[in-house]
Amino acid sequence: MIEILECRMPASFQDVGRPGYRHLGVPLSGALDVEWLAIANTLAGNPSGAVALEVHLLGPSLRATAPVTIALAGEFSARIQDAAGQWREACNWRSHALAAEEILVTGALRSRIGYLAIHGGFDVPAVLGSRSTYARAGLGGINGRALQAGDCLEVGAGAPAIQQRLPQPPRPASGPLRILPGPQREYFTDAAWTHLINDEFTVSREADRMGLRLDGPRLEHDPAFGADIVSDAVTPGVIQVPGDGRPIVLLADCQTVGGYPKIATVVGADLPRLAHAGPGHTLRFVEVSIEEALAVRRRAAAALADCIARIVPDAAELDFDALYGANLVDGVIDARQSN
Amino acid sequence: MKPRILALGDGALTLEFGDRIDRALNAKVMAARDALAAMKLEGISDVVPTYRSLTVHFDPLLLDREALTAQLLQAAQAPPGKSALATRWNIPVVFGGEFGPDLAEVAHTTGRSEAAVIEALCATELRVFLIGFLPGFPYLGELPDWLRLPRRTTPRTAVPANSLAIAGAQAAVYPWASPGGWHLLGRTPVRLFDLADAARPALLAPGDTLRFAPVSRAEFECLAADVAAGKIGPKDWQAA
Repeated sequence: MIEILECRMPASFQDVGRPGYRHLGVPLSGALDVEWLAIANTLAGNPSGAVALEVHLLGPSLRATAPVTIALAGEFSARIQDAAGQWREACNWRSHALAAEEILVTGALRSRIGYLAIHGGFDVPAVLGSRSTYARAGLGGINGRALQAGDCLEVGAGAPAIQQRLPQPPRPASGPLRILPGPQREYFTDAAWTHLINDEFTVSREADRMGLRLDGPRLEHDPAFGADIVSDAVTPGVIQVPGDGRPIVLLADCQTVGGYPKIATVVGADLPRLAHAGPGHTLRFVEVSIEEALAVRRRAAAALADCIARIVPDAAELDFDALYGANLVDGVIDARQSN
Repeated sequence: MKPRILALGDGALTLEFGDRIDRALNAKVMAARDALAAMKLEGISDVVPTYRSLTVHFDPLLLDREALTAQLLQAAQAPPGKSALATRWNIPVVFGGEFGPDLAEVAHTTGRSEAAVIEALCATELRVFLIGFLPGFPYLGELPDWLRLPRRTTPRTAVPANSLAIAGAQAAVYPWASPGGWHLLGRTPVRLFDLADAARPALLAPGDTLRFAPVSRAEFECLAADVAAGKIGPKDWQAA
């Protein structure tokens, strides 16, 4: 079992979301960065879509009441304290065995969000096919709420995990976010579109799991169409623009329908990048064709599979970082095969 | 307006029938939903009907976008009719007083008596145009012309769960306590969203029809107690 000792910033249980209920008004939810979720789970010896803790800004402290294996995906500054009070560093992008009574302090996140997975998975009930927390309607996770100090969590059963590491963490993608125009591109002036694809936008302080409100040039609606539509469906990645001209990029917890015109939609492959955009981050957008969006999606799926395939058992006698420093990338793959 | 296909990113397509709140448009949406369901396509995660459009969320690596576009345009040709998936409901409501704090004001604004407002609302067969905003939250329409009021100038920070509210041509029942700017007329003992039935957690589905039926405070309390005890459930609210 795990006992949460401290949790000062929102952290929630998330898996790959709750598809199949959007016609009943139930949002998709799920991890903002499903790629990092998959890495955290693989490191912990779980199926890639298992439930893990999605941590924002500042991670929790927790105590293991029995031996467990946890894994960290993200840029945590984490330490483990043993029963004798001795501290050791808990490196990112690997799994760690916690003995009974050991304490994990995950600290501040340089990557803004991160995932903490546990071997066997957190034993929170599935609600409508998912363990993802949707706080607004109290669905999933621990009674649909954020994690709190004092929470005690059972851990799913499983064979003892081997320790694993990802020698080369995923590189954050750079460059503008790729968008497809529409579905209501015609509601906006050409000047608005030019601003969208040429100018820089800054994530405002209004940013949560539902969406990011952006500061930047106002995106003007074509007066012939106006700023209201009869509600229709939205999806994570949609860029909707209310009457004030300030765009909102929707994320995993967005409602299922909305009444604002949608100038463009961020392509599926770039959604994990939005997960790391917090207040003050600047964003740029570039228009792509549907063919390019699908090609990028295929490449992203292949890159994730490749990344996960590079996860290796943590052999103490091999210094993978040193091997990488010496550009012996192929040597690492050989080392894995010889293990 | 001819039905057209709009891109909602690379993982969803919207089949749009029009841009208005209109019962005939909505009937076409439901017919297309039923026709698409009959095609039993692989790779679709969600099909979301709204007032005037049908959105399909899908995995573009599993389902060919061009093929789906053609299938959606084919589904759009389905003749509107009585949907096999639609249910008729009778939803009991206690009106006024602490349960419907805006009833008196609505009566005053429209120049009718409270009884006339209740009678007109309950005489109207309402259509479930859309479920959205919150899990299980139904957008119902359409109200008689004289009962269409703008939203309250100051929204309430907390509308109690199970409140019946109206605004514009629409009515709704809040499945959860939530902020809201509509006029509160009454409250129902019916649960609009209940995880006990995972196959259909939301009572109402788009395309359903319903009528509100006035009950006394004593009847409301009795029904609410029976709902809480599990003695009555979704089937008991279906119209004969």
